[in-house]
This record gives sequence, structure tokens and C-alpha cells, in this order.
Amino acid sequence: MKALRFLASAAAVAMASALAAQDTPKQGGTLNAVIQPEPPGLMLGLIQNGPTQMVAGQIYESLLRYDSDLGPMPSLAKEWTKSEDGLTYTFTLQDNAVWHDGTPFTSADVVFSVDVFLRETHARLRASLVHVARIEAPDDKTVVFTLNQPFGPFLGIFEAGTMPIVPKHIYEGTDYANNPANNTPIGTGPFKFEEWQRGSYIHLVKNEDYYMEGKPYLDEIYYQVIPDAASRSVAFETGKVDLLPGGSVENFDIPRLMAMDNVCSTDEGWEFFGPHSWMWLNMHEGPMQDKNLRKAVMYALDREFARDALWNGNGKVAKGPVSSVTRFHEANTPDISFDPEKAKEYLAASDYNGETLRLLPLPYGETWQRWAEATRQNLSDIGIKVDIVATDVAGWNQKVSDWEFDMAFTYLYQYGDPALGVARTYISSNIAKGSPWNNVSGYVNEEVDTLFAEAAIQADDATRQEMYTKAQNIIVDDVPVAWMLELAFPTIYRCDLKNPISTAIGVNDGMRDAWLDR
Amino acid sequence: MLRFTAARLVKAVFILLAILVLNFVLIHAAPGDPAAVMAGEAGAADEKFLMDLQERFGLDQPFSVQLWTYVKGAIQLDLGYSYRQQMPVAELIWDRLPATLLLTSTAFLISIVVGVVAGVLAAQAQGTWWDTLISSVALLFYATPLFWVALMASLVFSVFLGWLPGFGYETIGANYTGFERVLDIGKHLILPAGTLGLFFTAIYMRMTRASMLEVSRLDFVKTARAKGLRNSLIQRRHILRNALLPVITLAGLQAGQIVGGAVLTETVFAWPGIGRLMFEAINQRDYNVILGVFFISAAMVLLFNLITDILYSIVDPRIRLTS
Repeated sequence: MKALRFLASAAAVAMASALAAQDTPKQGGTLNAVIQPEPPGLMLGLIQNGPTQMVAGQIYESLLRYDSDLGPMPSLAKEWTKSEDGLTYTFTLQDNAVWHDGTPFTSADVVFSVDVFLRETHARLRASLVHVARIEAPDDKTVVFTLNQPFGPFLGIFEAGTMPIVPKHIYEGTDYANNPANNTPIGTGPFKFEEWQRGSYIHLVKNEDYYMEGKPYLDEIYYQVIPDAASRSVAFETGKVDLLPGGSVENFDIPRLMAMDNVCSTDEGWEFFGPHSWMWLNMHEGPMQDKNLRKAVMYALDREFARDALWNGNGKVAKGPVSSVTRFHEANTPDISFDPEKAKEYLAASDYNGETLRLLPLPYGETWQRWAEATRQNLSDIGIKVDIVATDVAGWNQKVSDWEFDMAFTYLYQYGDPALGVARTYISSNIAKGSPWNNVSGYVNEEVDTLFAEAAIQADDATRQEMYTKAQNIIVDDVPVAWMLELAFPTIYRCDLKNPISTAIGVNDGMRDAWLDR
Repeated sequence: MLRFTAARLVKAVFILLAILVLNFVLIHAAPGDPAAVMAGEAGAADEKFLMDLQERFGLDQPFSVQLWTYVKGAIQLDLGYSYRQQMPVAELIWDRLPATLLLTSTAFLISIVVGVVAGVLAAQAQGTWWDTLISSVALLFYATPLFWVALMASLVFSVFLGWLPGFGYETIGANYTGFERVLDIGKHLILPAGTLGLFFTAIYMRMTRASMLEVSRLDFVKTARAKGLRNSLIQRRHILRNALLPVITLAGLQAGQIVGGAVLTETVFAWPGIGRLMFEAINQRDYNVILGVFFISAAMVLLFNLITDILYSIVDPRIRLTS
């Protein structure tokens, strides 16, 4: 078996030269960051919501990290090989990684985590692991994954939030959800859990025994819990925090913060997630079953205005189901840009008879509220009546899950590959009441089903691209959802904080490389 | 007074039980359940994930069984387990209670002292520019929305002037101990307690002033003056004592909120108290936490009502306690 080698050294050299271009990192210092909302827990194997990933991403690690082009980089695995038939992946682990309690990290931890623990606890990974037949550890530092059939996105499921490696010696044979160790998370990462004052802050300290010489640079990190968006701006303005992760403050506050001295921002660090926003169009019942009406809606939406006026110019108009940062994005799908005249033509051709349609905004703050209002304006301009239905998060969840809407805002992550984060929205086998993340629209197209199913299990990228391009063209023409924006959530930080983002998941594992120039 | 107290306490138990059941029914009638919210925060879920959560929380049980389990627990003072925070509710509330008590009772003291003193001053100086000033300021505080005052206070004193910390309970990472820590917490307390106290300060002030003026026109005050009593004595013994009754009623109401926390103030100033805990729990449909906070604060309201009634009889011996 001739092995195809993806050696770590190339990536390491690239990273090193990027660092050398800057100043030499300084050791020490305290980083204050904002966290919102307060995470429910920090045991990344059990909980994967946004705030948990942000903090626990410094504590737990996975086998790989990803650069901004979603290319794999070493993490707990220092190198890896893929067999030519695409069925066997062999990972070689770091030599001297240890758990925060001093126990050595070995391949047994990986096998336990992926094959036993996460299969039980991790809904998203569980879906990918269907393709994995066996996970074995021939020796302490080697792990071999054997697949049932080639699985195109396989090398993309090794990020910390997707496949956190947890300590076998603490969790094996226990009731995972009620293990007392969940309150004092133990990982292999660059930072160790120190203290959590509920309602106030989470305190992490440097892992002195980290396996990378000299890293991490920071001594400690405080994640401060500040529930009010305006107060988070104040906290940054008054110098109490140095880092506002994407989405921490309302968009209209960003220009004011950016005008301060020594303030930087970046859109990077979201490539892996590719947050893609759209409106679900309810095709189960009601007027949105009419394709002409859906097209009328699509042409009526002035998404450039929404980006510039509401999102402060951040983001990109979404033209179809696959985000431009996700692999296999097709740029040349049919054009559905803002065009009120065309919208009126389609509306005239539709069966719409003037009834009022229910629009659910996302209850995530001011920007989303205003976006719903702008959308209502766009639609009423061409003659569609819209009623905005107010809900809180729990109510939104339920209404979307129960298909009680005509249009509903949402945004979903794409996880770098159409098979991981795109197909779920459009395949008919994924229509089920009770969840807001499956095929909520109720879109059924056999050809699309086949294309997604086939493309996921191809070993060859060129074949996959061909299939995904075809699928994207069909979906754009069918308009099962109204695509809005590829969202950008700028991370705002003081310029003397260097490298807060070094991978495609941004601040979620960025503190390994971050340092303070003070 | 003993019999009165005992009878009231028995009544209170039944009222509490009724509140418990009513809250349970109301919260469960709201759309959305904790399993769906938690799955929502995780951004992904399959059927197994949701079912596991519902089973763990007992949400797959019939409603009547859930209600019975809860009431049974509450009677034994077991407030249940927080789904989202993964901690016993009693422990969560206990952790957050000191911060809330500090904030609300400081605000309570500030408002009652400042309010009553200002009210007395205004009444004594009735019709002068001094009275006009106090009354206008009180009206302004009374009419201004709390969240706006809170944001402005933090903008002015924290961002522009840099005198006071704009949020939080203490300086994080400073590791102060002893007196230094007390001083630090005190600094953090000024803005939230001040803002929270403003509204009630205004009410006490207006009420004290009006009440003082009303009482001072009554016959027994005239009698006292005719007897040639010193003015300060008349003001204190005869007028203020009688004028305080409505103030006590209001103070009883405010005191009932001491444990319930102050949702807006705690949220704006990132104060780690009960009010915020409850607000977040409502958003996350964390039933047990919501019910736990409601239960504790309802108990406190009942308790303070009782204390208020007893206080009446002490301040004004003519009022008799009958259950």
C-alpha cells in the first residue's frame, strides 16, 4: 500500500515563517475576553454550543486544526497518511502530550473518545462516524481509522468542537453526563481550567507542561460574563477587556469602537463554520409551495442594502446553498440579485392572493430585528403582505421545528464541506418535525438527494466538485430557501494582542498562539 | 401578636403552594422546552440527542407526574436540578444570593434614607426654591426609565469620567483580600445600587413630603402647637411618625423584591445576582431554576408583608393586629 503523505512539516514551516515576519512573541500577561452567553458547562465532549467551544477550545484538543483554506494542520496528531483507496487513515500522535492531571496522553484516549464516548454523546459527529468501520490503536502513538467506503469530507471532522479528545482514565465506565469531573475539565490543551465564578468569569491558566516548547505565551485568560450588549461595548471602551469575539457587540457599536486608538479587527477565523443565513420558506403548506412566489421573494430582497446598513458592510451576499468559504462552492449559479421588476413579474405569475405571510425573525438582538423589518419593507414594495411574529429563542425554536411560519430567518454553520453542513438542509430524508436544523422547508428533489448522497462517498475531489456544482444549480433554481448573507462576525481586539486567530475556527483555539506585546 | 403571626404563617404556606402550582402550569404553557433550547444552543441535534435530554430531565413524563414530582420536592425544600447549568437549583440560588442581597438592600437603604430625609426637608421648606428643587429632581427620577439611567450612568461615570467601574462585582484577577476587597466591591456597588435606588428614592420622597404636609394640617398637630411644644418635637413625634405609615407600606413592597433581584440592573451592570439568573433561566426554559427563584421570592414577599403589618402596630399603636 503506497501511502499518500500529508507531512506536517510543510505547514509548520509556513507557520514559523509567518511568525518570524512579526516580532518575536513575548511571554506572559493576562488576557481579558468577553464570553456571551455564559456556557452551560465546559466539558466539550458533552456540550458543543458556541460559548462552550470558545472556552473549552483552549482546554481540549482534537487531532487536527485547519488553516483558513481548511487545509489540515497538526494538533494532537503530528502527522497522518491516507491510503490510496481512501479507506484507511493513519495518525501519528504527539510524543509528549499529557493530560492536565499529569497522566500521559495515548492512542487509547483517542479510541475511547471517538469510538465509545463521542458515539454516545455527540449528535453531529455521530452522523459522520456512520462511515467509520473501525478505530484501532496498533501502538501507544498510532491510531488507524478504517472506513466502510470512501468519505470525501473525512479529513475535515477533526476539529476540537467536532471531535474533542477526552481523557479515558476519567470517563471510561462512568455516567458521562453526571461525572463530577465535568466541573473541572481536564484536557491536553495549552490552557488549564482554574476557576469558574458563575455569573462573573471563567479563569484559565497556562499549561506549563504543554507539548509545544515555549507555548502558550499568555499566563492566564479571564472570560468575563457580561450579559448586556451595550455593557460589553463599555467594557471594551474602558479597557476592562481586550478581546470581543465575533458577535459580542451590536453592529452599530462597531464603528465607534474601531475609531479608538490601538483597536484592530478581523473577519478571519470563521472559515470552518461558514455561517450562512437564509429565510426558511415553508413548502409544507401555504402559499410558499408556489415556486413563482418563492422566486418573487428572492428577487425582492435587497441584500446589499441589508449588509451595508444593518451589518455595517460586513459579510457577503449569499448566492446559493454553499458558502464561498466552504469547499466545492460554485460561483456561477443562476443570478438572483435584487430586481424588484422581476420580482413583480414572478409575483404576478404566482397564485399569491394577497394573504398576510408570517415572518419569524431570529431573536438574537437588534440587528436581526431590523433585518426582519427591512425584509418586510422589501416584500411590501412588490405587494406581499408580511406580519412579523415576535418570539424569544425557545419560542423560535419551537415554531420553526413545528413549521409554524411562512418565512423564518436562520443561519447555519457549514463545517467546511457540503456533506457536513449543507446537505442536511436540502435532502428529503432529512424532513422531520421537531428539529430546526434539518430540511425545515420541506424541499423534495430526487436528483438533489442522489447528488448529495453520491458526492459524499467519492474519494476524488474533481468528481465531487462536478456533482456539487450540478446540485447547486438545481437548488438555486428551485429556491427552497431565500439565501441572505454569508455572515461575517468581526473579532475586535486591541492591536497589541497578537495572533488571537491562527486557524479556521478563530478564537476557539486561537489562544495557543496569542501573545501580548506590552 | 403571636396568634396573629401563627395564623398568617399558616395562610402563607397555602398561598405558597398555590403560587408553586400556578407558576409550574404557566411556565410549561410557554412555547419551547429546555431540551430544544439546549439542542438549539449546540446548533445540531438528532432525535436520540433530544430524547436523551428529555429523559434526563423527566420531560417525557406526563404533565401531572412532572407537577407532582416538583411539588413533592419543593415541600421537602428540594428545588430540583438545573438542566442547563447542571447544578442543583438550591446551590445556584445560594451562590447568587449574596450578590443580590448586597445590591438590593444597599439600594433599599439608600432610597429609604435619602427619600425620607429629602421628603422631610421638602415638606418643611414647602414653597421655597429648595422644595421646588427636591420635588423636580424626584419627579425626574420617577419618570426616567431605569435601563436608560443605568446606561447613562455607566457611560458618564465609567466611560467619560473613568471614576467608577461600569460593570461586574469586583475587579477580576486582582485577588484583593480583606479591606481592599470590601473597598473594591463597594466601588462596583455604587452605580448599580444608585441606579436601582433612584426610582424608590423618588417615590419615598414624594410620599413623605405629601404625607407630612397632610398630617401637619390635622387637629392634633394644632393642639400640640397650642400646648407650646417645641417645633422639632412636633415634627418628629407628631407629624413624621404618622406620616411614615404609607412609606412603610411601600417599603414593605420594595423589601419583597430584595431577594427577587433586579433583572434590568443586574443585566446592565453584569452583577452576578438572582435577577439575571432568573431572566436567563426564562430564556432557556430552565423550569426548575425559574420556579426556584419564584418560590424563594414569593416566600420573601409574604414574609415582608407580615413584617410590614407588625411594624404598623409598632409605629402606630392604634393599629391592632387581627388575623
